[in-house]
Amino acid sequence: MQPRGYGQLAQERLNATFAALADPTRRAILTRLAAGEASVTELADPFAMSQPAISKHLKVLERAGLISRGRDAQRRPRRLEARPLAEATEWLERYRRFWEGNYQRLDALLDELKAVTKKRGPTKR
Amino acid sequence: MSPTGSLKVTTPSDREIAMSRVFDAPRQLVFDAYTKPELLKRWLGVHRGWSLAVCEIDLRVGGAYRYVWRGPDRPDMGMRGVYREVVRPERIVATEAFDESWYPGEAESTLTLVEQGGRTTLTLTVRYESKPARDAVLKSPMEEGVAAGFDQLAEVLRTLTPGVA
Repeated sequence: MQPRGYGQLAQERLNATFAALADPTRRAILTRLAAGEASVTELADPFAMSQPAISKHLKVLERAGLISRGRDAQRRPRRLEARPLAEATEWLERYRRFWEGNYQRLDALLDELKAVTKKRGPTKR
Repeated sequence: MSPTGSLKVTTPSDREIAMSRVFDAPRQLVFDAYTKPELLKRWLGVHRGWSLAVCEIDLRVGGAYRYVWRGPDRPDMGMRGVYREVVRPERIVATEAFDESWYPGEAESTLTLVEQGGRTTLTLTVRYESKPARDAVLKSPMEEGVAAGFDQLAEVLRTLTPGVA
């Protein structure tokens, strides 16, 4: 079971976001960009990775709409795009709420069943 | 033991997805709530106008079950399966397939209930037919989040989007 109510397009965008976020290097890049925009060289610095390898990750992030390029023609700084992340966050919260909702209803039901069992005395196991 | 109320989602192998949660009740009651239609109809997927309209359970090895959810403005959503193993009140293994499936083949779900000090740890593990089948599920956004470590990812998203979550 999964929560419903998202259109095809939104689903595809979420898929792209989650696929991009599944990689630890890309998550680290996003965390870095959350602190402010940075050039490819600056982004490659903290990683033991070549610039082409970093560029590959940046391409994935860009295709997912998670980052964009700044105006400075020479540095071409990358910056974080907030919207797809906000959508992904909302989706995750909704998923958690969906299952937590199920299990909270189950909690309430179990409390009721416990009260009934107590009245009747302990059941054989 | 973990506190009640916190839901954990993990990927124990490349074909499986598992969820676990602690309940403040003996396992006989949790088992009943999971296997008696009149009780299941009170909690499973019953939210925002959705009801578990059909809930048929023949709880024995080889017996079938059928669930259909009915919502206010969308087509019904149904699933069915067959019980492979029934050990009351601690373990149920069953096949599961959705009417409109987003993954190939059937999945097998294992429910285990472990009681300790009057509390019950529920673990629901779903094993897909193949790694490609599980990966198809992983590609659905719900499980992609799981693949990356649900809590970790949620945390990353929270730090990246201040003021949203």
